[in-house]
Order: sequence, then structure tokens, then C-alpha cells
Amino acid sequence: MSTLEIDRVRKTYGNLEVLKEVSISIGTGDFLVLLGPSGCGKSTLLNMIAGLENISGGEVRIAGKIVNELSPKDRDIAMVFQSYALYPTMTVRQNIEFGMKIRGVPPAQRDKAVRAAADLLQIIHLLDRKPSQLSGGQRQRVAMGRAIVREPKLFLFDEPLSNLDAKLRVDMRTEIKRLHARLGTTIVYVTHDQIEAMTLATRVAVMKGGVVQQLDDPQTVYDRPANVYVAKFVGSPSMNIIPGKIEVEGGSATAVIDMANRQAVRIPGIHLSSQAASKYAGRKVLIGIRPEMFSVGNGQAQGAISIEVDVVEPTGADTLAVFQLGGVEVTARLPPKQVNARASATLAVDRSKVVLFDPDSEELIN
Amino acid sequence: MANALAQHKPIDEALPRKTRIRFGRLLIYGPLCAMAALYLMPLWVMVVTSLKPLDEIYSGSFIGLPQTITLDAWRAAWSEACIGTECTGLKPYFANSLLMVIPAVVLSTGIGAINGYILTKWRFPGANLVFGLLLFGCFLPYQAILIPMARTLGLLGLAGSIPGLVFVHVAYGICFTTLFFRNFFVSLPDELTKAAMVDGAGFFRIFWSVILPTSIPIIVVSCIWQFTQIWNDFLFGVSFTSGGNSPMTVALNNIVNVTTGRKQYNVDMAAAMIAAIPTLLVYIVAGRYFVRGLTAGAVKG
Ligand SMILES: Nc1ncnc2c1ncn2[C@@H]1O[C@H](COP(=O)(O)OP(=O)(O)O)[C@@H](O)[C@H]1O
Ligand SMILES: [Mg+2]
Repeated sequence: MSTLEIDRVRKTYGNLEVLKEVSISIGTGDFLVLLGPSGCGKSTLLNMIAGLENISGGEVRIAGKIVNELSPKDRDIAMVFQSYALYPTMTVRQNIEFGMKIRGVPPAQRDKAVRAAADLLQIIHLLDRKPSQLSGGQRQRVAMGRAIVREPKLFLFDEPLSNLDAKLRVDMRTEIKRLHARLGTTIVYVTHDQIEAMTLATRVAVMKGGVVQQLDDPQTVYDRPANVYVAKFVGSPSMNIIPGKIEVEGGSATAVIDMANRQAVRIPGIHLSSQAASKYAGRKVLIGIRPEMFSVGNGQAQGAISIEVDVVEPTGADTLAVFQLGGVEVTARLPPKQVNARASATLAVDRSKVVLFDPDSEELIN
Repeated sequence: MANALAQHKPIDEALPRKTRIRFGRLLIYGPLCAMAALYLMPLWVMVVTSLKPLDEIYSGSFIGLPQTITLDAWRAAWSEACIGTECTGLKPYFANSLLMVIPAVVLSTGIGAINGYILTKWRFPGANLVFGLLLFGCFLPYQAILIPMARTLGLLGLAGSIPGLVFVHVAYGICFTTLFFRNFFVSLPDELTKAAMVDGAGFFRIFWSVILPTSIPIIVVSCIWQFTQIWNDFLFGVSFTSGGNSPMTVALNNIVNVTTGRKQYNVDMAAAMIAAIPTLLVYIVAGRYFVRGLTAGAVKG
């Protein structure tokens, strides 16, 4: 268990800059998820924490100690790989105890550690099998067992669930969460799946093109995304980003969305710092509204929006209604059977949660 | 169209299923047996000739079964035939060949394995260039390296010796063995090495405990390939050794060429058989693995 500080870390391959001054700091027992699309440098960063890749610039500190020059085995870490990377010729038991053997742990102690880990992961009955005789989920458990017996300061997971089918993925996700609760070890976890990030993390670092876009707890990332990219990447269906403008009157801000052939939609009572209010008064902004911030409203209420529903997509628990607003396609998550396709409807917006972005920089306006 | 089909059907059914299968089999096995017989013919001639007394060979045909079976020719080839001025038979040269082939196969396979391991799992700048140059070595004709190699062996003080021959075969064989191992190891995921590094294993520990155990099939391929190449080699043997240090193949050539008087066909054949037996044995014992190893790209973890 320990803290992890990634301090202005850079990675270059020749002229190609893969990571640009990445800084992330997490505390003991944190579950950090590195979230981003494929190719954004997540694995590279994880490998640098592990010591499997050289650090081109900056510092990595584990428990306050600079580890830049330490080899993987001296960093007190354990890692679970996407392909599980089980040693194919060894049995499950040999796989799990390989690291301990190398460190010269005596056989009795090794056996005890293997049993404890296998017990925790419910793989006792598999100990004498070869990896080729295991299912994907079982291999995944063995890979975690190999990491657990290390009792490391830091667990590193590189997309550990992406090779599993959907059902198993959800089960193993819960299992990893339970494991973290049980062991309390600091974890760095790489994924491109925003649901994994939301469900597992205590801290999420959203990455794009080798740059951390936002580092926050999952709820903050969801509610107040640092920029349009994060807003669209996290959440499904993603946040609606609607062009509009801000009008400020007597300290109260109103978001105005122009409609092509109808009266403009006005959403009053937007939270805005006085500084931002004076800066953006009368200017264009991007208005961010998550699908579930819409609700079915009545025509008289202030800020009610009349729309023509294009498409209705029932998901069972609720229904997604797609319509045009401010010249873009917008999705609302509504209770089932409240609106119909090709019919008009009146919606209300939970204005307390509406967020605004600068139209040029696409950064969140506070 | 429908008519034609309707007409065909009864004819097809007229032949009982079994007969049709038997006829098909005949078409397959007939030519196969003929080809096999053709290829086995020389072996047959060698075996029967080596078992005949010389007089019978000169009076009868090469192909027929021997009237009197004798192992005299084999005994002569093994321990009595004259090679140059020495009448020791093939025995000492057989030993030479073993002394050459065993270290050469072990060394070239071992070095090839390490090379392949480095070229795939510990890549360095210019690794592809090194591999390319090694590949180039596979296409070098033997004759091209004779003179530079002779000079090198002279400088190393290995000229004319069995260790010198081992050196030549190792140097020449590394290209092939590296190619085998490199192509095999490329299919092993890099995460395997990374996992072992995190577990604390170093360069040799990973090689020995993780990589090598997965590569039995390709080790067998490399050993068979190298054994056959080196055991059967004549050119390097005749170029870089002389007299008592010659390998089997050179001695065989001398037995066949140097005879005065009547040509001892039975001894020649027996000697040739003795020279061929080790490679035959290797194929019989390990041939199964050879085929498996050649198709081992699909080995799954
Ligand atoms: N050895 C390498 N040489 C050159 N470029 C590399 C190397 N490894 C990774 N990259 C590049 O670095 C970027 C980030 O890769 P990676 O960290 O694997 O992404 P992610 O795990 O987020 O999908 C990719 O664009 C990839 O092409
Ligand atoms: Mg990756």
C-alpha cells in the first residue's frame, strides 16, 4: 500500500511524443483508472510505472521514493496483463509461485501464499492444471493470483477484462472491486471502457493523445467534465453538446438556444461564477446537457422545451428520445412510454446540472 | 438439366458404395506404391548388394536376392577397409563424425535459440538489420566461404582439426537456427517476458524457465536440420580436414575411390549404409516432432 506520484512524465519514441508531461498523484488505497481511447498512451504510462519502459522525462515516485532507475522487480509492484501472460508450460501453482521462487521464499511459505490466494480467488481446484486447460475467466483469476501473492505496494492492471465476454466482464469487475475493498492496496487500472472506470475508480484520469484531460473522482468527471472531449467520452449515451449563448440579467444567467423556425429555448437559472458571468455575458457557449437531465414537463413551466421527437429507442428501463435542438441531434433519457416518435413533446431540464463550455477552447466554464 | 440428373442417379447407385470406395483407393494407393517402390529401389540395391559375397555380385544381377547372406562386407566396411594407406575401416571416422556433429548441433542450436530470443524479446536498435544479415547467410553458397574460412581457421590455429570443423558448422548453421527460433519466438506474446520481469526474472532466467520450455518443437526441428546438414556434409569435411581427422563422408568417398583391383561393391554399399544410418535413425525417432515443429506457429499458450 502506498502513494503514487507521476510528475511531469514524458515518453518519446524517437521523434514521436507519446506522453506529454503527464502528472498524476494518488493516495494510499486509491483505485486510479487511466481511461482513454486506444493508442492514447495508457499502456505506455502503466509500463513506465512498472519499469518495463524507460522514462524519457519527469519522475515516478512510489511511496515517496523515486523509482525511475529501478528495475521492475525492485519497485514492489505486481501486474496483470491483457493477455494474462500466464507461463504456458507451467501449472497454475507454478505460475503463481514463480515470482516467490525467484525471490527465494521457502517452500512452506510459498505453499501457504498460493493456498491463500487460490482460496480468495476460488481456484484451489485448478492448481494442477495448465493454462491451456482453463477458460478465459479462470486464466484471469490465475493472473490475479500471481499478482496477489506478491503482496505489492501497487497493483497494475492493463485492460484485464477486455478479453472476456460481456457477462463475465461484469462479474469480474465486481470481483476486482471486492478484491480492492478486501486488500486495500493502491491500484492503477488501464481501460478504454468508461463504465469500468466509473464503477471501479476512486480517481479517474481521462487521457487523450498522451495528455491527461482531467483527473478527478468519477462523479466529478461525470458531472463537471473538464472539457467537451471528456464530456463526450464519459457516459452513455454521451452528453449532448448544444451551441447556444448566455444572457446575464441582474446576476442570473440564462442559456439561450436558437431554434430554426420557432421561438428560442431559454433555460434560466444557470450556475455561473460572477467572473464567468461577466466574461461570457452575451457570448456564444456550448451547453452540455446529459440525457437524463431531461424530463417530461408541462407546457406552462419556465424553461420548458417544445420539441418534435424523431426516434424513440426503448431500452427497457427507460426510453431514449432523439430530437433536434439548436441545430444538433440531442438524446434524452425518459421514463418508458412518455413520448412517441414523430410527435411533439414538452421537456424540462434539470438546470442545476447544466454545464457550459467555451466554444473556442472547449474547456469547462466555471 | 433435371433430366440429366435423373439419368445419372441410377447409374451412380448401380455401383455398390464399397466397390466405389475400393476403386478410389486403388487409384490413390496404386501410384503411391509405384512412387515408393521407385524411391526405395536404390536402398534395396544397397541392402542386397551389401549382404552378397563379391563373387555373387560379379556373376549375378544387382537387384536379385542374395543366394548366400554374409555380413563380411559390413565387417570390412566398419573395421577393415583401407582408406588411403590405413586399413582401419570406417570406425575411427564414424567417431570423428560423432565428435564433430554432437558439439556442432548443440552449439548451433543453443546459439540460435539465444539469438532468436534476443531478436524478438530484447530488441535493440538495428535488430532488424542484424537479422537481415543473418538471413543473408542462409543463402551464401558453401563454396563462397571456403577460402576465407580456411584462412580464418589457420589464424585461429584450428586448421585441419575436428574443433575447426565444429567451428565452421556452427558458424554456418547459426543463420538457419536463428531463423527457426526467431520465427518461433515472434509468436510468443511479449507480455510473457514482461510478466516474468515483473516476477523478478532476469535475462537468462526468463530464457531458461519461460521461453525454452515452450520451444521443444522448434528445438527438435533445429537439431534434426543441423544434424542432417552436418552429418551429410562433404565439402567442408574434405576442405578443412585431412587424414585421420576426416569425417565419415570423406572416408566413405576414399573407400569407394581408392580401391585397387576389383571394385568391392558390397563393401562400398555397406559403408554407404553405415554412413546413412544415423540420419535415418534421427528421422525415425524424431520425425514426428519435426513435422509438428514445422507447423508450430500455431502453438497456443
Ligand atoms: N515501441 C514503440 N515504438 C513506437 N511507438 C510506440 C511504441 N509503443 C507504443 N507506441 C505508440 O505509442 C502510442 C501509445 O501506445 P499505448 O500506450 O499502447 O496505447 P494504449 O495502451 O492507450 O492503447 C501509440 O500511438 C503507439 O503507436
Ligand atoms: Mg494498451
